[in-house]
Amino acid sequence: MILLLVALGGAAGSVMRYLTGHFWDGDFPRGTLLVNVVGATLLGVFSGLALEGNAAALLGTGFCGALTTYSSFAVKAHALGRGRGTVYVVATLGGALLGCFAGFALVT
Amino acid sequence: MTRPPLTRLGVAAVAVGGAVGALLRWLAGGLGDAGPSFPWTTLTVNVVGCFALALLPAVAVVRRTPWLAQGLGPGLLGGFTTLSIHTDEARALVASGQAAVAAGYLALTLGACLAAVMVADHWSTRSERAVFDAEEGNE
Repeated sequence: MILLLVALGGAAGSVMRYLTGHFWDGDFPRGTLLVNVVGATLLGVFSGLALEGNAAALLGTGFCGALTTYSSFAVKAHALGRGRGTVYVVATLGGALLGCFAGFALVT
Repeated sequence: MTRPPLTRLGVAAVAVGGAVGALLRWLAGGLGDAGPSFPWTTLTVNVVGCFALALLPAVAVVRRTPWLAQGLGPGLLGGFTTLSIHTDEARALVASGQAAVAAGYLALTLGACLAAVMVADHWSTRSERAVFDAEEGNE
């Protein structure tokens, strides 16, 4: 059951990330930036709610885990070069951390 | 940057790849790491995933087959690697009074992932990476 829920959440999260990137990423990957910040914020909320078992597998490990990505983030950051790459890294990690802390604090 | 058309096959490949990637991450330990101990599993998953994504442009069949690039890039490796769990682990470390460890975790992941991308780039040319990027393998 857990296996199925992780896979289902992973499929939904990945497709949402792909579609967001498809429509929003341009010279600057603002779509990927957006899903990473939104996913981290959502996971902060779910952690604050202390989700367990099936809900954690579907929404946390599956959906939020797959909605966000480190591989695309790192490859795009490197491809952007030193200046814009730094802006992208700071915006992504700064936004994700801020969102995660805020999301957690919001529900606890 | 011109956008390739969205195809049913591409979206299906992303869904299947994403499901498998999330399962592999879960099997590797994934969310179970959240807590006071150092999140080595997520660190490893992210570094391996970054290396693999940067290696994909070197594979000819991937460059020739957009749905394969989408299924493996945004699908399998996008679903495998994660920024949300990474961030939440850093938050949990701070919450348990280990702010310095959290900062080290964030810096180590970023440094190791960027280094993995730079190393993997040696196996492909700039134009091969452009082909892979244009078929949305990096989304």
